[in-house]
Amino acid sequence: MLNEAEVEEAITSLDLPQSIVAALREGLFGVSVTKEQLDQILEQVMADYDHAKVEPCEAVGVVAAQSIGEPGTQMTMRTFHYAGVAEINVTLGLPRLIEIVDARKVPSTPTMTIRLTEQYAGDRDLAREVAWAIESTSILHLGSIATDLAEMNVLIELSPEALVQRKITAEEVAERLGEEMRLSVDQPGGGNLLIMAPEEPSYRELLQLVEKIKKLSLKGIDGIKRVVIRKEGDEYVLYTEGSALKKVLQFEGVDPGRTKTNNITEIGEVLGIEAARNAIINEATDTLREQGLAVDVRHIMLVSDIMTCDGEVKQIGRHGVSGEKASVLARAAFEVTVNHILDAAIRGDVDDLRGVTENVIVGQPIQLGTGDVQLVAKR
Amino acid sequence: MTVPKRIGKIRFGLISPQEFRKMSVVKIITADTYDDDGFPIDMGLMDPRLGVIDPGLRCRSCAGRPGECPGHFGHIDLIAPVIHVGFAKLIRKLLRAVCRDCSRLMLLEHEKVTYIEQIKTLVRLGQPTDDLVSKIFAEARKHKTCPYCGAPQQEIKFERPLAYIEEGHKLTASDIRDRFEKIPDADIEAVGMNSATARPEWMILTVLPVPPVTMRPSITLESGQRSEDDLTHKLVDIIRINQRFQENREAGAPQLIIEDLWELLQYHVTTFLDNTVSGVPPARHRSGRPLKTLSQRLKGKEGRFRGSLSGKRVNFSARTVISPDPNLSINEVGVPLEVAKELSVPLIVNVRNMEMIKQFVRRGPDNHPGVNYITRSDGRRVKVTDKNCEEVADQLETGWKVDRQLNDGDIVLFNRQPSLHRMSIMAHRVKVMPYKTFRLNPAVCPPYNADFDGDEMNMHVPQTEEARAEAHILMRVQENILSPRFGGPIIGGIHDYVTGSFLLTHGRKPIDRQGAMELLKKYDGIDLPPPAGTDDSGEPYWTGKQIFSLILPRGLNLTFKADFCPSCDQCKEENCENDAYVVIRDGNLIQGTIDSAAVGAFKGKIIDRVIKQFNPTIASTFLDRMTLLALRGIMLSGFSFGIDDEDIPPAASDQIKEVTRVARENVEKLISAYNAGELEPLPGRTLDETLEMRIMQTLGKARDSTGQIAGRYLGLDNSGVVMAVSGARGSMLNLTQMAACVGQQSVRGERIRRGYADRTLPHFQRGDLGAEAHGFVESSYKDGLNPTEFFFHAIGGREGLVDTAIRTSQSGYLQRRLVNALQDLEVKYDGTVRETRGMIVQFRYGEDGVDASRRDYAGPENVKRIIGRVLATEGR
Repeated sequence: MLNEAEVEEAITSLDLPQSIVAALREGLFGVSVTKEQLDQILEQVMADYDHAKVEPCEAVGVVAAQSIGEPGTQMTMRTFHYAGVAEINVTLGLPRLIEIVDARKVPSTPTMTIRLTEQYAGDRDLAREVAWAIESTSILHLGSIATDLAEMNVLIELSPEALVQRKITAEEVAERLGEEMRLSVDQPGGGNLLIMAPEEPSYRELLQLVEKIKKLSLKGIDGIKRVVIRKEGDEYVLYTEGSALKKVLQFEGVDPGRTKTNNITEIGEVLGIEAARNAIINEATDTLREQGLAVDVRHIMLVSDIMTCDGEVKQIGRHGVSGEKASVLARAAFEVTVNHILDAAIRGDVDDLRGVTENVIVGQPIQLGTGDVQLVAKR
Repeated sequence: MTVPKRIGKIRFGLISPQEFRKMSVVKIITADTYDDDGFPIDMGLMDPRLGVIDPGLRCRSCAGRPGECPGHFGHIDLIAPVIHVGFAKLIRKLLRAVCRDCSRLMLLEHEKVTYIEQIKTLVRLGQPTDDLVSKIFAEARKHKTCPYCGAPQQEIKFERPLAYIEEGHKLTASDIRDRFEKIPDADIEAVGMNSATARPEWMILTVLPVPPVTMRPSITLESGQRSEDDLTHKLVDIIRINQRFQENREAGAPQLIIEDLWELLQYHVTTFLDNTVSGVPPARHRSGRPLKTLSQRLKGKEGRFRGSLSGKRVNFSARTVISPDPNLSINEVGVPLEVAKELSVPLIVNVRNMEMIKQFVRRGPDNHPGVNYITRSDGRRVKVTDKNCEEVADQLETGWKVDRQLNDGDIVLFNRQPSLHRMSIMAHRVKVMPYKTFRLNPAVCPPYNADFDGDEMNMHVPQTEEARAEAHILMRVQENILSPRFGGPIIGGIHDYVTGSFLLTHGRKPIDRQGAMELLKKYDGIDLPPPAGTDDSGEPYWTGKQIFSLILPRGLNLTFKADFCPSCDQCKEENCENDAYVVIRDGNLIQGTIDSAAVGAFKGKIIDRVIKQFNPTIASTFLDRMTLLALRGIMLSGFSFGIDDEDIPPAASDQIKEVTRVARENVEKLISAYNAGELEPLPGRTLDETLEMRIMQTLGKARDSTGQIAGRYLGLDNSGVVMAVSGARGSMLNLTQMAACVGQQSVRGERIRRGYADRTLPHFQRGDLGAEAHGFVESSYKDGLNPTEFFFHAIGGREGLVDTAIRTSQSGYLQRRLVNALQDLEVKYDGTVRETRGMIVQFRYGEDGVDASRRDYAGPENVKRIIGRVLATEGR
């Protein structure tokens, strides 16, 4: 009988992927195995693993593209859907998949999933506190705004309950408003009524001032329009409308390791390219899974890798991967045909005819799959 | 097949005027094309030295006949230089970056050196240089005086489409050309141009190449009139203006006229190159249609690149309507006799096959497996006819090529568009059949996404031994049962195959000897097992499970839950009263019902296990037998679905009416609560949104409970339920809609709100928020919809249609982009994934190097199985 250390050594000495190693550990630890049995098991596992490996020259790119593109025809177009939280709209289905592959700077519905540190996650009040702190608070959250045309004044009536709930005082509001608008704020009797007047007493200026005040974020993170708290299992999780990863991560109570956003570019900027790569994989997998379509991760990984392999998130298309191909003919055959040829002429580009499109164009076998095999026969 | 010539690389560049003249076979001086006799005029646009298109003539340059001669370029000497539109932007940048006096790039010597180095590095790394070049141009433009000659630089204004204005004067093309000629080679390199292949002055044309007639053929209309190609029309314009320009200049015309003519020449050359330049009115045909000139020929889907070069047309192909034939193997395709007689496979005659081929030849072209053509060793082709077939057969020699008609067993490629994945083209074995459609086993419909409502498919006959071998080994249907998308079977039972299996294996209905024989009569070498028992009269009987076990391979062990398993809270496993827990031991179906979870396409667990544990051949035999057995199974009990299958008892309809009534009342209550301001808004939602969501919820629940009521009265004796439950077709929701209640119609996920002011239809009160005013369809399809319901249903239905139309175009473009971005990726022998430059995209494919379609061999399940197997045998 072998002990665990010996089994462990035997397993890890082989060149096997982690999932198989984990399965072997799970199956063999705590079971009595003889040396012969172990050898036999490992031999068969190795043989099966070898059988499962991709063959060299396999056109994995095309297979991946087809595997992601083909289910696209079966996806819904409905842009909005309620995923997880009924209160927050998220783009899903084909539009979301296109958005991911397009590497848009800002997704059409940016959202964040904020998980909290142990202390905060279990406590509803603490979680709510974090939520209030993060959520951008505008004047409309705190009270009402009105205009006095006779006096050419803006009247802001703050609600005392809202002030308490959002942890802000009337004085603070007045100060913020004064600072941002560069105007003096009247607070008669230190109460909850604020009065402001535009520099020039004109009707237009007055209305503009109202609009400006409405837009101003008094507290919280600009861009996070709403925060919703939800209990998941035994912890409270915050979902937001709007995304600002860098700022949110710095908040007290936010667990930076488990907080995420659906804005891939933002992840790339804040956490680096490897994080962006994983974000693309996760977002694409989630989108496909939500539609009930099974696609192997390997295909999504490949797409994600080609989008991120030179250090920045590139689009799948004319302004990214396809536009930066080495071959002039391949680029010309994709989009903006004429410009690519004119530019190539100026630069004196040389097309080495290694890719698929180029060889189809000149009528040669393509250098992929069975077309890439060269046999040398001994005479 | 060897490739006779290999093109190693293609170099792009500008062509110099000298080279244009060198490659020209004739200088074109007259704008005329044909003379009165219809012969091309010498030194005209149709000069016979440019190639020939009229039959009977020979090319004066290469002596080739039409079709042989590729055509030759001529040239036009332009009286004054004109700008090439494609380079207008670059010319502007260069003018601004170069000294107006000494034509040197206005950068310091050391800057040029570093920039040239940087460009070279980028080129070596295969990176784009665009950003760097733009930066260099911006730097050079910053200098206000030339660092070399000290001349002050003037601002150059660019006016669309093609005017460069310096100090209020328009620069002529000759001025620009003069400046560019003086730029030293080294300076050109510093702005990312290759001085050897692209001197900047070549961007200004002094000689215009005249494309060969073969690429601008004129067509003769029925009236005998000739109609010239668009390019020819444009060239005529250019030559005419060129001549007029020359005459005027020689006659010493005033400057104003000269300038006008120059501009006109520029216009014609511009539109000859590109007829869609913004700011330039497109040149038009007499009929008013814009001309299709050079860049329009290259661009777009039907352009040269995407239409002619990336998409090739082929011979040896056929297309016709498809229809089903369950008696065919999944590896076969039924080919109509007429198609088989037209298509052929080349055979090379040798000593061994001589006699066999002679027999084919003797049959001639009309007796089916005959011969259409013979190619002799000297390359001469002979058409085989009824009359000469005997003679040709006697002459047959080794080395001749014989085009034998398509015959049973030949391998062909079969395809249905859109070809969205590789399973859209698979190799089948030919089975020549009567009638005019391609026949295929319905089990191969899912990968092609085909149905038989008039779909057409294409067939291609591979012509070389290599192609046939590849098709046979890699593309055969049985090799593609597993989809690389998710590693599961994509081929499997659909519709009646699932229903049939379900009816056959559900429960333990006794089948007498005759029935069992009927089920099995299509198979050879299958013995009936011992009977399951005897009935009251002493006759032996068998069960459907026993019969189904006969087609399962020995050694198959499997337990899983059937598709119709209702997911009870506590699974009773083998004691399942629904017969939904499937147990297969050593190829015997002990327990459970075979439905779509067992043999269906996309999720058939038995197919999955059979192909992974055994091999594709066994899997395809299993599928062939399953399809036959399932159809016999469905025939044994008979199966049909009609309008009276949607009938429910009056008690049920009363209950349904009650449910919808209560739902309507609840909606009314919600509305009055809303009106009274008593409705609590959901967090983060407005009151209106909350009301809508609550109403939708209420009505959704009502529809579901009507379905449940109907479901209680529709049991497994109802064909619709059998189909829905077994996963063959349709769902319980469809049945609910037919029998009980159609439910809420929606547009963009909301109740229908559009229409008239404050109401959807004039049948309702303004501001009515009730259920029926916003698209709740209370009736069932069977009962029929009332007019307003019908209208709302049409609204919902239209949205679905629009949705599909948009989705197909969007996902098609997504697919094209994905394929284009990823098509060059390949797994190399070291396990890395690289693109054409050799740049590594993944160090190990998918992080573990495992092929997606064989991922189960490297999965934890398989490891567990191996451990179990080894430990069990050793323990004994």
